[in-house]
Amino acid sequence: MRLLFAALTAVLVAAAPAWAAGSPTLERVKKNGYLRCGVNEGLPGFASPDAKGNWTGMDVDFCRAVAAAIFNDPKKVRFTPTSAKVRFTVLQSGEVDLLSRNTTWTMSRDTQLGLEFVGVSYYDGQGFMVPKKLNVTSAKQLNGANVCTNTGTTTELNLADYFRANGLKYKVIAFEKNAEVLAAYDAGRCDAYTTDASGLYAERLKLRNASDHIILPEIISKEPLGPLVNQGDQQWGDLVRWTLFALMNAEELGVTQRNADQMLKSANPEVRRLLGVEGAFGESIGLTKDWVVRIVKGAGNYGEIFERNVGVNSPLKIKRGQNALWNKGGLHYAPPVR
Amino acid sequence: MPRANHIPWWRTRRTQNVAFQVLLVVGVAVLGFVLVTNAMETIQRQNIATGFRFLNNTAGFDIVQTLIPYNETSTYARVLLVGVLNTLVVASIGIVFATLLGFVIGIGQLSSNWLVAKLCRAYVEIVRNVPLLLQIFFWYFAVLRALPGPRESWGLGDAVFLNSRGLYLPGPHTDQGFGFVLLALAAGVVGSFLVAARARRVREVTGVVTPVLPLVLTLIVVPVAIASAAAGFPVTFSWPALSGLNFDGGTVVLPELMALIVALATYTASYIGEIVRAGIQGVSRGQMEASQAMGLSRGQTLRLVIVPQAMRQIIPPLTSQYLNLTKNSSLAVAIAYPDLVSVFAGTSLSQTGQAIEIIAITMAVYLTLSLLTSAFMNWYNARVALTER
Repeated sequence: MRLLFAALTAVLVAAAPAWAAGSPTLERVKKNGYLRCGVNEGLPGFASPDAKGNWTGMDVDFCRAVAAAIFNDPKKVRFTPTSAKVRFTVLQSGEVDLLSRNTTWTMSRDTQLGLEFVGVSYYDGQGFMVPKKLNVTSAKQLNGANVCTNTGTTTELNLADYFRANGLKYKVIAFEKNAEVLAAYDAGRCDAYTTDASGLYAERLKLRNASDHIILPEIISKEPLGPLVNQGDQQWGDLVRWTLFALMNAEELGVTQRNADQMLKSANPEVRRLLGVEGAFGESIGLTKDWVVRIVKGAGNYGEIFERNVGVNSPLKIKRGQNALWNKGGLHYAPPVR
Repeated sequence: MPRANHIPWWRTRRTQNVAFQVLLVVGVAVLGFVLVTNAMETIQRQNIATGFRFLNNTAGFDIVQTLIPYNETSTYARVLLVGVLNTLVVASIGIVFATLLGFVIGIGQLSSNWLVAKLCRAYVEIVRNVPLLLQIFFWYFAVLRALPGPRESWGLGDAVFLNSRGLYLPGPHTDQGFGFVLLALAAGVVGSFLVAARARRVREVTGVVTPVLPLVLTLIVVPVAIASAAAGFPVTFSWPALSGLNFDGGTVVLPELMALIVALATYTASYIGEIVRAGIQGVSRGQMEASQAMGLSRGQTLRLVIVPQAMRQIIPPLTSQYLNLTKNSSLAVAIAYPDLVSVFAGTSLSQTGQAIEIIAITMAVYLTLSLLTSAFMNWYNARVALTER
């Protein structure tokens, strides 16, 4: 028996991954020839398949930006739709390389799950949607309300905190999937629907009479949404983090999908460093020095991604607000490339 | 001279049998060891917190239906208990209704009335051939769409209201002295069992049938009434009333619970119907003819001769239907009924991220429920088994 254990241990040790230099995740992605990205199952504006089966949305475009940085081809992504409940397990088990699924960055998620949030791609907050005929104009008037939401999200906790803090009674009706939350709300099961405000705007589009419903002004929580990777592969984390920063820096410096090639001739040293004309910053994260050119040409800059998917001219009609850059009154502030 | 067909000990059938068993056990043990060490190694490498300490942490979320006191500051261990009780509620009510409906459908299929027999047959074929999850959605959304909003509730007097938020009933609240009433009730029930057992012995020995029902009712009702009066009627009712957006007070039966019970009961009843039909048809025709020859009525034949014999064939497959119903109740999460899977393997799992521990506990709970149900049904089966006198 001891011999058996010894043999077994030897096999396990031999099979353990060698911690060589570089990023094992990046090596795997390159070997596969595509990036595996976990996204929402269907949230318009963030991740949803269109009529032709193409995935669209902000979270989807972020995956495309990472793919463009690696392969110079934003199409080299395979999307895995994940429910709120299984998303972390899917990433932990290595079924996806990256989770870009409107996930709130919280301390417990960052420290206890073996995962790493790379940054904030969208500043969100939890809100309420109610039917207009309820004649409610503030969340404080929701005493005794039945509130529909999803299980397995921070929304259940925020809801409990908010009603407790305000001394209001409520009942929470928590479904596993978005589709049933909306159907139950539509069927009159609940007085209010609560989730992140961006989600409310998106779900409202699916209602039979979207204009009969209003989103209440109160935002009851901080919901910084961002992409995650597994802990333990520092370089991969850096690659994803700096892809996010590159999108924001590109917007800040005015590099767009259309003018990226002309900007190579820019005299601005910041632009020249960002686009790899001076220095080779991309190489330190395992990419080429023109990585930002690839990203912006493949997916656009942060502002373009925002406007295309959720902005005021999209069906969601969300204003930039907190999601503007720091120099335009928002919260997005990317460290410089230098 | 050695015999030509002597078999060495290591080639005998007995040795080989033992050897294969040992090999199999070792193989399974090694596989298990590899799986467990692999999982533990991965968890450690990824810095995922492990252990059952999270059960003492504050849950922080609310649950819409709790049989025991619970609020946002309760622990995850409490959430587990709430979830188990909610699962038990659905499973036990579902089993009762499924059994009643199933027996009606099963016996109905053998009815001499053509229409009744065909209707029951059609019921079985339609209901058992549609996926349960779809039926749950059907009942849930059909019920929701049909019911009015809280301000347009259907009311029965000022006591009972039905709307899309549930069925509101007056809720009993017990005051001091209720314990005496419970004691009186318990004493009445125990007394009734004694009386019934005695009547049974008398019948078996002398053949004289004593009607026990009136006696039993007296034994239960009278002490309870006296105890209640003596304690000053220690039960008060709170009445549901519209306050703010919804009704408050009383007790509420959630539409999710109603839909789930209807779906589980009707679905399982279609299987039970088949089991009952097969069980009855399994009793030999001679039994029917013999009891008619002895002058028993049709009802008596069914009640005293056919069903007791059919039960022996019905109980084992019926047990597995009960287990199925209990396990199927985990589909509750789809329509927001707060069962074990929803509140514990759903919300708690997501908040704590302790997937392995939580799923293990959840599986252990379902396993325990199933084994208990099985044990009870086996005991009952042994009781009704053929005894020769």
